[in-house]
Amino acid sequence: MTQIHVTTTVNGDEVDFLADPRETLLDCLRDKLGMTGAKEGCGTGDCGACSVTVDGRLVCSCLVLGVEAQGKTIETVEGMAEGEKLHPLQRKFIEHAALQCGICTPGILVAAKALLAQNPDPAEEEVRYWLAGNLCRCTGYDKIIRAVLDAAAEMREGV
Amino acid sequence: MPLDTKTTGFKYIGTRPDRPDGIDKVTGKARYGADAYAPGMLHGVMVRSPHAHARIKKIDATKALALKGVKAVVTRADFPTGLEGEDWNIQENCMAGEVALYDGHAVAAVAATSLLLAREAAKLIEVEYEVLPHVTDVDEAMKPGAPAIRAGAADYSVPEGLHPNVMRYIEYGHGDLEAGFAAADLVMENTYKTEATHQGYIEPHACLAQLGSDGKGEMWVCTQGHWFIRRMSAAVLGIDVANLRVTPSEIGGGFGGKTTVFIEPVALALSRKAGKPVKMVMTRSEVLRATGPTSSSSIDVKMGMKKDGTMTAAKVTMRMQGGAFPMAPIDSALDCAFSCYNIPAVHHEGYDVLANRPKQAAYRAPGSPMAAFATESLVDEMCRALGLDPLKTRLKNASREGTKASFGPTFPRIGLVETLEAAIAHPHYAAPLGTNQGRGVASGYWMNWGGETSVSAALGEDGSVTVSVGTPDIGGSRASMALMAAEALGIPYENVRVNVVDTGSLGVNEPTHGSRATYATGLATIEAVKQISSKLCQRAADKWGIPAEAVIWEDGCAKPSGPNAGEFPPLTIGELAAEMGSTGGPISGHFEATPSGHGGSFGTHIVDVEVDPETGHTSVLRYTVVQDAGKAIHPAYVEGQFQGGAAQGIGWALNEEYIYGADGRLQNTVFLDYRIPVASDLPMIDTVIVEVPNPGHPYGVRGVGETGITPPLPAVANAVHAAAGVRLRSLPMSPPRILAAIKAKG
Amino acid sequence: MVKVHLWSGLRRFTDGADVVELEAKTVGEMMKALVEAHPGLDPVIKAGVSVSVDGKLIARGLHEQVSDDSEVFLLRQLKGG
Repeated sequence: MTQIHVTTTVNGDEVDFLADPRETLLDCLRDKLGMTGAKEGCGTGDCGACSVTVDGRLVCSCLVLGVEAQGKTIETVEGMAEGEKLHPLQRKFIEHAALQCGICTPGILVAAKALLAQNPDPAEEEVRYWLAGNLCRCTGYDKIIRAVLDAAAEMREGV
Repeated sequence: MPLDTKTTGFKYIGTRPDRPDGIDKVTGKARYGADAYAPGMLHGVMVRSPHAHARIKKIDATKALALKGVKAVVTRADFPTGLEGEDWNIQENCMAGEVALYDGHAVAAVAATSLLLAREAAKLIEVEYEVLPHVTDVDEAMKPGAPAIRAGAADYSVPEGLHPNVMRYIEYGHGDLEAGFAAADLVMENTYKTEATHQGYIEPHACLAQLGSDGKGEMWVCTQGHWFIRRMSAAVLGIDVANLRVTPSEIGGGFGGKTTVFIEPVALALSRKAGKPVKMVMTRSEVLRATGPTSSSSIDVKMGMKKDGTMTAAKVTMRMQGGAFPMAPIDSALDCAFSCYNIPAVHHEGYDVLANRPKQAAYRAPGSPMAAFATESLVDEMCRALGLDPLKTRLKNASREGTKASFGPTFPRIGLVETLEAAIAHPHYAAPLGTNQGRGVASGYWMNWGGETSVSAALGEDGSVTVSVGTPDIGGSRASMALMAAEALGIPYENVRVNVVDTGSLGVNEPTHGSRATYATGLATIEAVKQISSKLCQRAADKWGIPAEAVIWEDGCAKPSGPNAGEFPPLTIGELAAEMGSTGGPISGHFEATPSGHGGSFGTHIVDVEVDPETGHTSVLRYTVVQDAGKAIHPAYVEGQFQGGAAQGIGWALNEEYIYGADGRLQNTVFLDYRIPVASDLPMIDTVIVEVPNPGHPYGVRGVGETGITPPLPAVANAVHAAAGVRLRSLPMSPPRILAAIKAKG
Repeated sequence: MVKVHLWSGLRRFTDGADVVELEAKTVGEMMKALVEAHPGLDPVIKAGVSVSVDGKLIARGLHEQVSDDSEVFLLRQLKGG
């Protein structure tokens, strides 16, 4: 099938790639741009391991076509840290042992960052419902929720 | 092996430092199974049977091979013949031979220059089937007239007269059962059923394989154990193990399901045929349809109890289907069934049965959760009938050091009593409950494992230490190994680097399974680094001109053992390492063993639920895990194991199940329909780490990974009974089932 | 003589005995003696068993010592997740 030339912005950098119209944004990020931080856990939008933001909106990149990225602004887990300085969520995830195998971590971090962007002071229940689309099989979520709440508190203090 | 066991006065053990692979895993840099690419790489896709049971009459790949960019198609004809036993089972499961045995069974595979092309080609491979009668339920599969899946394959243990689907039979016990039941004031007997559940790791199986016509190959793969992958792949393909180098990726969860092969030998076969590297990544549907779920089970339990709660006799009959292949975990299920209790007379009977389902794989404490669901539910029912406190009754009968275990031997030092006492004392156990709310408790056991283990440690020129281990890090084990190495050497945690190395770098290591990594790899790490410190003592002794026996290792330094040894200032590991090139050359340590002093771990859980009488929906309100860790090396990751086990058990109890249609096809092949617990389903999960040191480990470690999934099944069922007044004896306790039970009660 | 406890399903290979007495100093010698005394146990041992000596589970340690006082159980081979 004819490939389509796509130009887009990922984590602040302008990039371009050729996409088969059937390929997902997740495929394009991983296989065309070498950005393997977003993971495919299901391919059906159920697990959230592929979470990225498109123009600030949280999406499952396995449910977005690569060609839809044309002209958009995409943020992935690779763009969360500023150089060697980790985002508070990243730091708190390590500190709270909020990851075991780590496969769901990139998607959860992107999703949690999107939550805190619109609600800097979420209640535990709000975090739980916001992250209900991000499956974790290892942790039972306890330490993940604590890490997000702790990061939110730190970020509020920092303002 | 004599061990110098140390259980107090630790500097690093029991602290909670950041895990060494933390930054890689929060920044997206860590490379998992599907994150590898090779020049010239092809993509492999499997063709799978849509039928539960069907004879493969013909496979025609002409149209697929005609597509430009399609490089190879393999079927069973591309694999060697003549394999036996489990090797044959694995080969047959990776690629069907004459008969497809379950919905999703691989029958062919294709490699092409792109994934889209490979998928298109897979659709063009024409397979002609003759559909055969099938059976998916364990009790149905044992009935006369059920289709025989592999007639004549039963082993020595099966008595005559049983259905040919019964592959193995086990029977054991001790004591006078009849006298025990006669001595009881109450005898109860019930049948319990559990559905198959999947390990549900978020990372699908993935590998990147390369195999030459000379039989030399390399593979990158997500696995719990790459030596297992090497041995099984080599057996399935008929190549030498030494010619296959397997490198483990980071692993996105396993829980037992990544201790065997599915796509790996097929990717190697495609690579050999195409002459190029082949990457294969499963879809979620493939994971659910064709990788190991756990067994489904049907269990009869009978128990006798006196009015004061004393257990007098118990009997269990366990029927499990493990898919179309033998080895459902009846053995460990039976061993765990009554392991919590000191019962004078016990009897166990088990049937390992075939059904047209995927080959079961190990899942966290294989068999134990099903057994606990049956026995711990019955104990709860009997406590209710006799008006007894369920935790105190468990304590009255609890196994302890010196108890003759239900499975035979005498228990060494174990910690069940301590977990029960901690649970009874926990504020959760006395907290008030509201309307439609109920509390359940249950205990559980896993015997743990040691297993083949080989570890090397090498001293760097600056005094830092590299530890090479063979057990993939699934949940923070690099941190635990680094803590144990730091403790044993008396050097900072940050000065130890732990690498999970490939099959070419160490002797055989069993996978990260059986709750063995912190125990066995930890033990080997400690012993390996101790060799480094003892060599450093020798170097210091040489320098000081005194015998090596007069030098001790303390706080990262060589010191004279006392005033009689002479007056010398301590030499640090850094000072000694800087000179090692001129004092005798490189220094390393190596330890290999199959340690057998793994102590079993017991746990006791408390759960509060609320059941909505209108919908039958169960909310988990509060959850507490109490478990014996022996010694928690990194307590945060021990808590994580407790919490994760509880969450998986809650999913098994309330939601998760394999749903087969009348056509024998799996109906819920995506996460939307095979629903594992999400964040909003669960409360915080409180943990209490009990530490009854294991004498078989230098620092007292017991494996903690598996036990945690065992008590939740009965604990939640017991809580549902307390909340809604109905006893559910079949899992999962999904809303329609609970609602039906409430309605039936009236 | 070392007393080896068998699981009861194996009685039909040992003329009904639950406990078999053997001359052996190691687990390896014990396994060999078991099969010599009761050839019907050969497929059982070949299929894989575990041995518990004084509460310690020996997987493949054929050199492990056993004595007349040891508590020895032949157990089914187990696999963890």
